[in-house]
Formats: sequence, structure tokens, C-alpha cells
Amino acid sequence: MPDQVLFAMEAAINGLMAGVLYALVALGFVLIFKSSGIFNYAQGVFALFAALTLVGIMEGQVPFQHLINAIFGTELHGFGWETPAILAVVLTVGVMVVLAIAVERLILRHLVNQPDIILFMATIGLAYFMEGFGDLMWGADIKKLDVGLPQGGSFWIEENTAWLGGDGFYGFFIDRLDIVATIAAAILVIGLTAFSQFTKQGRALRAVADDHQAALSVGISLRFIWVLVWSIAGIVALVAGIMWGSKSGVQFSLSLIALKALPVLMLGGFTSIPGAIVGGLIIGMGEKLFEFLIGAPFLGGATENWFAYVLALLFLVFRPQGLFGDKIIERV
Amino acid sequence: MKLKLVTMALATALTAGSAVAQELVLPWMSYRTGPYAVGGIPLADGYTDYFTLLNERDGGINGVPVRLVNCETGYNTEKGVECYESTKGEGALVYQPLSTGITYQLIPKATADGIPIHSMGYGRTSAANGKVFKNVFNYPTNYWQAASVAVNYLLDENGGDLSGKTIALVYHNSAYGKEPIRTLEELSKKHGFNLSLLAVDHPGQEQKSQWLQIRRERPDYVLMWGWGVMNQVAIQEAANIRFPMENFIGVWWSGAEADVIPAGDAANGYKALAMNGVGTNFPIFDDIQKYVVDRGLAAGAGDQIGTVLYNRTIYAAFLAAEAIKTAMEIHGTKDITPEMMRDGMEALNITEAKMAAAGMPGFGPEFQVSCENHGGPGLGAVQQWDASTGTWSLITDFMEPDSEVINALIEEDSMAYAAENNIELRCN
Repeated sequence: MPDQVLFAMEAAINGLMAGVLYALVALGFVLIFKSSGIFNYAQGVFALFAALTLVGIMEGQVPFQHLINAIFGTELHGFGWETPAILAVVLTVGVMVVLAIAVERLILRHLVNQPDIILFMATIGLAYFMEGFGDLMWGADIKKLDVGLPQGGSFWIEENTAWLGGDGFYGFFIDRLDIVATIAAAILVIGLTAFSQFTKQGRALRAVADDHQAALSVGISLRFIWVLVWSIAGIVALVAGIMWGSKSGVQFSLSLIALKALPVLMLGGFTSIPGAIVGGLIIGMGEKLFEFLIGAPFLGGATENWFAYVLALLFLVFRPQGLFGDKIIERV
Repeated sequence: MKLKLVTMALATALTAGSAVAQELVLPWMSYRTGPYAVGGIPLADGYTDYFTLLNERDGGINGVPVRLVNCETGYNTEKGVECYESTKGEGALVYQPLSTGITYQLIPKATADGIPIHSMGYGRTSAANGKVFKNVFNYPTNYWQAASVAVNYLLDENGGDLSGKTIALVYHNSAYGKEPIRTLEELSKKHGFNLSLLAVDHPGQEQKSQWLQIRRERPDYVLMWGWGVMNQVAIQEAANIRFPMENFIGVWWSGAEADVIPAGDAANGYKALAMNGVGTNFPIFDDIQKYVVDRGLAAGAGDQIGTVLYNRTIYAAFLAAEAIKTAMEIHGTKDITPEMMRDGMEALNITEAKMAAAGMPGFGPEFQVSCENHGGPGLGAVQQWDASTGTWSLITDFMEPDSEVINALIEEDSMAYAAENNIELRCN
């Protein structure tokens, strides 16, 4: 097979893998939008906060230690112990649930029946607050995140695909972290689907997503559903934070991964979990192939960011609700 | 008698008033928040701690205390301009914008206001031409010189011959990242190496395409002009494709501890350019510990001391302090204005004796600024990361750039700027 074809295939495969990472971020947006109609601007910051908390717990860092040291003149540096990754993940999930309860109690509860734009603005405020809160709680220095996930190209795949091409082809490169992310995304989607299909809370969540008023009339607690869905979005944010944080270390630019989720949402629809996954795959593969075939050779490269939006806009022209989004029909 | 007493009281009050008012105002455009805070924090800590040290140990510079005016930019150009506008009225002596984008915006403003700018190792490279840029200084080195020093280092590594070799430049797709391209193109013609350019969009969290391209093309060396998360991801991706770290060289903004720590052991051997000394093995750090940290006056948690970026702004602060001393000496007054500060910067002469007196022997190269040359000699060294000890070490002396190529480029670019802006050349 010609090497150029193999390279294009490699770009496509890596694009699919990158798309899974985008989809992980997009999933959090979809969950909250689907159940409450809120576009959660803070989802990227949630991923950052979750990753900061995970590393902080793993390293035995004292929360707010800089603040405590500054106020009380102490010299706290840590508890002096390290927490195993699994336990730290469980504790971080607990923190994200507490955060979801706080969001419901302190923000959402007071904004019931407000226009969507007000709720959106509230999440902007939440994003900036959470960023500052995370800084105060865990510090702004970069943190290495190592929960034992493998990284680097897979030797096995390289060695077993090298024969496909000539001397200039070294086998397909696939990052093992991307493989783990794909498996994690698959488990998340299966888990979320099973949860919404086969559990009482899941059915309640779907009922709220379909019609708030009707759900309320049959006794479903909107507040409980909001806490539930923000908790799940927090867990999804933790998974996204682990995957992205493993690549770059945990730092405040992690919140910018939300930018990669927007074209995925535009393409896949704001209300569909499968849409987020398929949208992520299309965006990931599309942008990588475009960069390989046109961007790098003819346009000077760095086309991925804007091409993702062009691709999403193209889909929007033909399907404004996104590939899997619900078509809104209002009868007058 | 009453009148005499009142007059004396007034005179005393005025004298006391002026004594209190005499201070050296230095604005600091920090970015302790936002996506680039990882780099902004040590930079802010170093600059602040140095002047706290001078105030605590020496009572300031020649007895005049320094007042730092902090303004948070979040590494955002618009906020940087706001910071400038809101602080310039406080008697600001010199601005260190800490961002190429902010520097570009401030050049016309500060020039009109008569306030000098020092963009040390960043900003507009051709501002090194003092004949055109009266108020802008970028000593001791700049991006074009950095590119040349990197190529000279590779020439040394290859017995003086790079013909047929391929050098890839992975760069932040911004004005900053594009700065070395022209120089590298000229140098590739001169030395016969192939240049491959790979742009990375802001913020650089996703670089799979670029590193797959590097894996396909197998360049002999990769240079990087990155900042923030782009650096960490690039080093991780290089490790992922098993690119040899000793052949991967970053500019001085891509060579801090934060850039290599996330990749762990895989970053071992990574190299970066340096314009100043690394580590804590300088007497000044003992003084910082004694007069600043132990007194609870450190700008941060005191955990950045001796890191690459902390040392960078210790050096920037030292150069500012020396320029202030020079300005006081030239004008015979301790109450200097921004114009006098500019004169001090233009007459700055950094000697080993001055560095040693400041507790920084051998911290940087000796150099002299002049009316024509605001950029200094452009010397740079190469530092290498040892992951096992978690330390950077200089592996070369400070090396000279290819002045023949760089000076011609600076002349061409600055003259075009002068023509565009009707600037009358000076230093005649």
C-alpha cells in the first residue's frame, strides 16, 4: 500500500482517538443541557477543578494551604501522606457531588423559571468563581497527574503494522492513552445509557428532559434531578480531566478544552449522548485529515481549530439541531 | 518669632513630604491567573523578591526605596494595555510587559509618553535598533539571536556542517511564535539545512497532527517556540513518538521546570536556550532567603526560588536596578524621571564586577548598551534537563549569534518600521 495512503489512515485513526477526547468534554455539556436546558459554560472549569482535586488528594496537599499560611503564618505543605489513585478518584467523585449540591442550592434553586440566558450567564459566573476557588484551594502551579495510565505509542501496533508500507512507513502510531480514553468513553456511554434506561432515577431524568412541567406534575423532584445530573456531569468532567491532564499536566489552561467541545456539540446536537460521541469522532477525524491533506501542505498548518468549526457549521446549515439533536417544533 | 516657627515647620513638613514622596516606581505586569499562570507566577515572584531584597537590605537603590505597582494582565493584551494606561500616571520609570503581544501594543504608546520599555528576550526583535526605537530596549538578547544561537549550537554539534540536515520548527501560531522563522530561513540558505515549519494553534493542548508529521518526516532536530501548555504537550508528544530529547531544543520560554515535569522521566535530556544562569548556586539567593523569605516578605510561597523563570526576572530586575543607578549617576540626582531612566538604560554597562557585587557572579554575559544597539550582544547558552535530579544545567558557555545575518535583518525590519511611521533616525 502506498505510504501516503497509510499516513492518511494514520491521521484518520488518530483523529478518531482525538475525537473521543473531545467527546468526553462534550458529554458533560450534553448531560446538563438535556436535563435542564442550561448551556453550562463552566464545564471546562469543572474538568480542571476535578483534576486539581484529584491530584491534590493524591499528593496529600492541604486544601487552601497558601491561604492558611498567609493568614496564620503557618508553613503547611501537605499532610505528609499520599493517597492511592483509586481512593483519590472515589474521594474526588465525592467532592464533585458536593459541588453539584452546592450549585443547586446556591445558584439553580434561585433561578428557577428564569430565561435560559440568565442561567447561561450564571454558569459564566460559576466558571470564573470555580477557577479562582480552584486556585485558592490547590494553587496555580503545574501538577503531574499519574494515575497509572499508559502513555506513548504502542510498540505492538507499530511492529505489527510496519509491514503494510515501504521503508518510509514505521507502522501506525497510536497513543496508548488514547486507547484508554476510548475504552473509558465507551464505558461511560454504556453506563449512562443503562442508567437512563433501566433505573428509576434515569427514567426520571429522561422525563425531566422531555417535559419539566409534566415531570413535576407526576411528583419528580426537579431539584434532585438537577443535583443528580450535575453530579454525573462532574464525574464525566473528572474523566475528561484525567485524560487531558495526563497529557499536559494539570494546569489552568485545562479549562480551555471546552473550546474543543463546542464544534462537537454543534455537530452532534446539544441533547444527544450518542451525538456527542459521533460528533467528536467526525470532528476529530475531519480536522486531522484536513490538516494532513490540505492544511499542512498548502495552508501553513494549524488549521484544526478553525476547521472544526467550519465542519460543524456545514452540518448546521443542513441540520440546525445537529446530527442527533431533537428537532424543536412549536405549534401556535 | 511666630512667623519663623511657622516657616520652619512648613519647611520641615515639605522636606519630610518630599523625602516620603521620593521613590522609584516600577510597574509590573504580572499574570498570576489564567491559562498562563504557571509561567507568570515564578516570573512575578522573581521580580518582586529582588526589589523587596533591595528595599530590605539596602533601603532601596542608592537609598531610594522601590515601589512596585502590580497589575494583573492574565497574559491578555487588552488587559495589558489597560494596565499601562492605569499605572503610567504614577511615575512609572520602565515597563516590562512580559508579553510580545502587549509589547507590540505599548511601543507607540510608551514612545509617545516618553516611558521606556524593556522586553527582555521577547517583544519586537527589531526594536534592538536604537536609531529607530528610542524608548524600547530588548537587551541582552532577542528571538532572532536565539534562533541563530540554536543553529550555531547545532553547527558545533555537527562539526560545523548542517548541510542536508533537517530542522523542524514547532511554533506557537502567533506573532511570538513566528518571530524566528525569517532568521531560520536565512540561516537555512546559508548553512544548507532543510527547514520544516509546524504551526500549533493557541493554546496548544492538542498537537497530534504536528507530531505525527514529525514522526513521518524524521527531522534531525526540532526547535520549539512555545509558551504555556503548548510546551508541556509538545514535550510529552515528543516522548510519545520517541523523538530523541537531546535533539529537541526550546527557546528560553520553552525551558522551565513546569515544561518538563509533566512528562516525567521521558523529558530527560530535553534542551532549551538560556540567557542567564540556572539554579540556586549564587550568593543572592542566600540574601533573598535571609531578608525576604525569612521575614515573611516573599512575593509567593517562596517555592519558586532558583527556578528558571524566577531567575529570569531576578536578572530582569537586576538589569533595571543597574539602569536606575546609571541614570542617577548620569543626571546627578536620585529623583529620576522616565526620560532619565531611558538614558540610564541606553548607557547601561553590565560587567562581571557589577554582577558579582549583586551576588550574581557569572549570572549572564557582560554587555554594553548603546544609542544604536538596544539589544545587547545576543549571547545565549544551552541548558539541559536532568529528570533524575530535577535540575537544569548549562551545558555550554554563552555563545554568540550570527551577527552578520541578524543585524541585516534587524536593520531591514526597523527601517521599514521607521519609514512607515515617519520616524527620524537618531544617534547621528
